[in-house]
Amino acid sequence: MLDVIVKTITRIIVPFTLLYGIFIILHGHVSPGGGFSGGTLIGTSLILYTLVFGVAKSKKKFSHRMSEIAESGGILLYILIGIVGIIFAGSFLSNIDAGFSIGIPGSLFSAGMIPILMVGIGIKVASTFITLFHTLIEGDFE
Amino acid sequence: MKKWIKLFLFLLLFFVLAYNILQMPSSFTIEAQSYNDAIWHYIDNTVKETGATNIIAAIIADYRAFDTLGETIVLFTSIVAVASILKVTDSKKENG
Repeated sequence: MLDVIVKTITRIIVPFTLLYGIFIILHGHVSPGGGFSGGTLIGTSLILYTLVFGVAKSKKKFSHRMSEIAESGGILLYILIGIVGIIFAGSFLSNIDAGFSIGIPGSLFSAGMIPILMVGIGIKVASTFITLFHTLIEGDFE
Repeated sequence: MKKWIKLFLFLLLFFVLAYNILQMPSSFTIEAQSYNDAIWHYIDNTVKETGATNIIAAIIADYRAFDTLGETIVLFTSIVAVASILKVTDSKKENG
């Protein structure tokens, strides 16, 4: 459908964009970034893939079934962490009181539940972007 | 008659909003009312209380985590609404 140059460049860029998105999500509590911006990066990289290689090929990478799982999985992970707070500390979404390790500030494994919540938000935002785009583009490109 | 009621309600809304704008802080220095103790609490105690060096992440995922949960639910609701309206269903294919 598109130029060979566009296809080659996309094939090179997409893995790096995905990796950078995952980096931004996992380092949300240490450096600028977090679940929303990292999820947006992952979402836009898959939108680029869809634009260049077509909906059918992109559907194989990220199907409707997978988007359903990711959509509800992000929220369920968030609420599950909240319920862990209820069980161990008595209040919803409590962080250090609930026994999450505070770690060494500045290292990757620190700040208790914040990285886990960031992963949940990241999955949610990324899958929202991709599902919205697929739903909007589906009628035109079949 | 209906027109006058509408006009009256819009004028009322206008005055309420104008009054609120007049109540906003006019000075944006360090002594403005919006700079209260909460900011200094975050700056002084974030690393001690949460272990996160990114204060913004600590606020959105620890101090105001409930707000972020609501935000995530808004995203979920919006995607469900869009999908339920725009998704190409099988029954539509049969009709068209």
